[in-house]
Amino acid sequence: MRAPDPVPLPPEPALAVLGLSVAYGGTPVLTDVSWQVPPGTLAAIIGPNGAGKSTFLKAVLGLIPSLCGEVRLFGRPLAEVRRRIAYLPQRASVDWDFPLTALDVAAQGRYPHAGWFRPLPRRERDRALAALAEVGLADLAHRPIGALSGGQQQRVFLARALALEAELMLLDEPFAGVDAASEAAILAVLRRLVREGRTVIAVHHDLATAPAIFSEVLLLNKRVIAAGPMATAFTAEALAEAYGVPIPLSAAA
Amino acid sequence: MTTFLQLDLVPLAAAILACLACGLVGNLLLLTRQSLLGDAISHAVLPGLVLGFWASGSRAPLPMVLGAVVAAVFAALAIDLVRRTARLEPGAAMGVVFSTMFALGLVLIEVTGAASVDLDIDCVLAGQLETLIWPAAEGLSSLLDARALAAVPRELWTLLIVLGLVLGVLALLWKELRLVCFDPDFAATIGFAPRTLGLLVLVLTALTTVAAFWAVGTILVIAALVGPAAVARLLTDRYGTQFAFSAAAAGVMGAGGYGASVLLPPVFGLAGLNAAGMMAVTAGVLVAAAALFSRLRSAGRVGA
Amino acid sequence: MLVDALTLNAGHNAAVVVLGTAAFGLAAGAVGAFVLLRGRALIADAAAHATLPGVAGAFLVALALGWEPRALPVLLAGAAITAALAVLAVDALTGAGRLKDDAAMALALSVGFGLGIVLLSVVQGLPSGSQAGLKGFILGQAAGMLVRDAVLIASLAAVAAVLLGVLFRPLSLLLFDPGFAAAVGLPIRGLDRALLALMLAVAVIGLSAVGALMVVGLMVIPAATARLLAPRLAVLVVLSALFGGASAWIGAAISATQPGLPTGATTVLVASALFNAALLCKLLSRLVARTMRCISGAQRDDGASSSPRRSPSATE
Repeated sequence: MRAPDPVPLPPEPALAVLGLSVAYGGTPVLTDVSWQVPPGTLAAIIGPNGAGKSTFLKAVLGLIPSLCGEVRLFGRPLAEVRRRIAYLPQRASVDWDFPLTALDVAAQGRYPHAGWFRPLPRRERDRALAALAEVGLADLAHRPIGALSGGQQQRVFLARALALEAELMLLDEPFAGVDAASEAAILAVLRRLVREGRTVIAVHHDLATAPAIFSEVLLLNKRVIAAGPMATAFTAEALAEAYGVPIPLSAAA
Repeated sequence: MTTFLQLDLVPLAAAILACLACGLVGNLLLLTRQSLLGDAISHAVLPGLVLGFWASGSRAPLPMVLGAVVAAVFAALAIDLVRRTARLEPGAAMGVVFSTMFALGLVLIEVTGAASVDLDIDCVLAGQLETLIWPAAEGLSSLLDARALAAVPRELWTLLIVLGLVLGVLALLWKELRLVCFDPDFAATIGFAPRTLGLLVLVLTALTTVAAFWAVGTILVIAALVGPAAVARLLTDRYGTQFAFSAAAAGVMGAGGYGASVLLPPVFGLAGLNAAGMMAVTAGVLVAAAALFSRLRSAGRVGA
Repeated sequence: MLVDALTLNAGHNAAVVVLGTAAFGLAAGAVGAFVLLRGRALIADAAAHATLPGVAGAFLVALALGWEPRALPVLLAGAAITAALAVLAVDALTGAGRLKDDAAMALALSVGFGLGIVLLSVVQGLPSGSQAGLKGFILGQAAGMLVRDAVLIASLAAVAAVLLGVLFRPLSLLLFDPGFAAAVGLPIRGLDRALLALMLAVAVIGLSAVGALMVVGLMVIPAATARLLAPRLAVLVVLSALFGGASAWIGAAISATQPGLPTGATTVLVASALFNAALLCKLLSRLVARTMRCISGAQRDDGASSSPRRSPSATE
């Protein structure tokens, strides 16, 4: 995968959200969420179940309508920068019995480069294969996705996101239901992306591993509990407030 | 031979074409777990179809197609509204909407007097393959004779056009449909409009349902939509193969079902067997065989 | 004329038809509430379509055995058998995991119905079969209902209602929290089976009144109407039964005065009119609520943007 064009400094925030509110059928899910992520960081969205973490990502991507609020990506509205954004949905959000191979899925990341109404050119398929190799799945490229383990399926999703060659990646629980080997492989890729100056924002569940992986954090429970650098925002008090019960950071960390 | 051309060729071709068109579109429904949407749409097109028929006063295809497509889109919107407002699961919302629309269609048949003309309830239930005759045929040479061909029932041409349309859409939007069926959210984030393509699938379903109406009616068309796709799904894990297998299964379903309805009655001393019904039964047999084969194969794999 | 039919004064026959259909409507509404909430609406539809081969098959078997082939109990027994087989077929097809239940249900429905159409064509080809009137079982032909048929329907409906009363508590627990129900030792599978059996019973007794294709409408639409209005399960079940009974009563009365109208379709349209009225009420009330919230929400927004908060640079 090539490195993206150098990002000029001082940079726009990769993601800037102001006063975002979302409701499902009349029930508020997110209220007045504001958060900024500087480029080149690995940022986590953390909160209890039902806190609206996935909803936040989907609202940022325009997949669900928001009541109010403003979302800017690299200082621009979503429509102008779609090609610079990659999304990795929750693994459970699709049907893994679908008759596709790992390469078929990874190749979907090259679709924007092929455009509408045309079959995917062979060279684009080769790049998808390279993305699969990057997550260590080159051998399984022609395996049906239903025959892969959960961790391998997650890596196929990551390969597809990589194939987009985006500058900002929004990942919904990339480590959920993933074995240790896949977790290490995914983490290595994410760290490399950030070293290259790209931005990764991930919904994350494991409080214990969060401080070691991420440098920025958004603690969410339907509203912002805390936001900012891991060192200052990820405190025992904030966690207690987010989860409603005291969580000893020493035990978590 | 001439008897075959006059009485059996057009129904046989119509049966195969109807199953092919429906069977190919059915893949898109089955793979997105929307088989029941096919069920709902096939019931819900009835009022549109009847109104189109009533407005034009004939079996002219265009008004009926138009009515059916409008009814299908209306049904999809209504299902969504009911689901959200009454907080029902999609299946229940479909049940509410399609039984209402089907009932409306049945009453409309009575009220508009369509029943007395050409479109009666038997046709709704099981099609009217037997009416698709070609009296102008006088031998094999008629197949090349423009004047004789002009007398082929136009239901057959409608089916051909719709099948062509289905094949065209599948070819043109092959990768787009594959992506949207698998992961609509991701498709939306990279700018491949999943809603538009979803609507397209809905319209294709409505189109094939209407085109197949004279062949199989509005209920047995569900077997043509879901059966071939289900057979293929039981036998393959590849997307392209899925479509190829489903087309083969659809051909067998149409030809086998119609053939059985013609060939079996003399053997068993029966007065007749409904052709559309036999097509559905053939689909059932194919699915059962494929299920058995798939189970044996996976058992063999585990054993090995 | 219609008023006469509604008040059971349009003659003995019409009164029998209206009462018989209404009894079915009550049972369908009550059972339908549970079917709907347990997410079984469309399996009910598949089962109802699959009654048809049972009806035609029972006719043929009875004829071969020299029984009276048109006796309602015989036909309904056949219907129950094939409907149950269709439900089992759905389970068998989804067992391997490749086909999902949506496809399995659509297959059971259409193949079952197709087999029914084939058997019906066999019946019609028989010298004695042409006048069998089995087609009435597809779309309902309440006009042909005899007193003993109405009594059979009403008593089956009563049995279903009693069973529902006995099972009300465990069933409501099952709907509310299957996990908890299992944890406190309720036989989940048994209860689900019981609900399926009730559903099959309703589908079968609805055959002669509203027909195989319309049974699901009378199970689902009254229940959906009640769901729009009722806050609690007990209220919901009672309302659903009442809506079902009322729709069937009115629908049967209308079709008794307008012989061309099929009973099943008319009844479903009455049920649907009630549903649409309830839906409209709900939409209007929601619109009012949303307007209120928008007004208060706008005020809160003003407060938010005037507070000194870091704002994203909006340079283009």
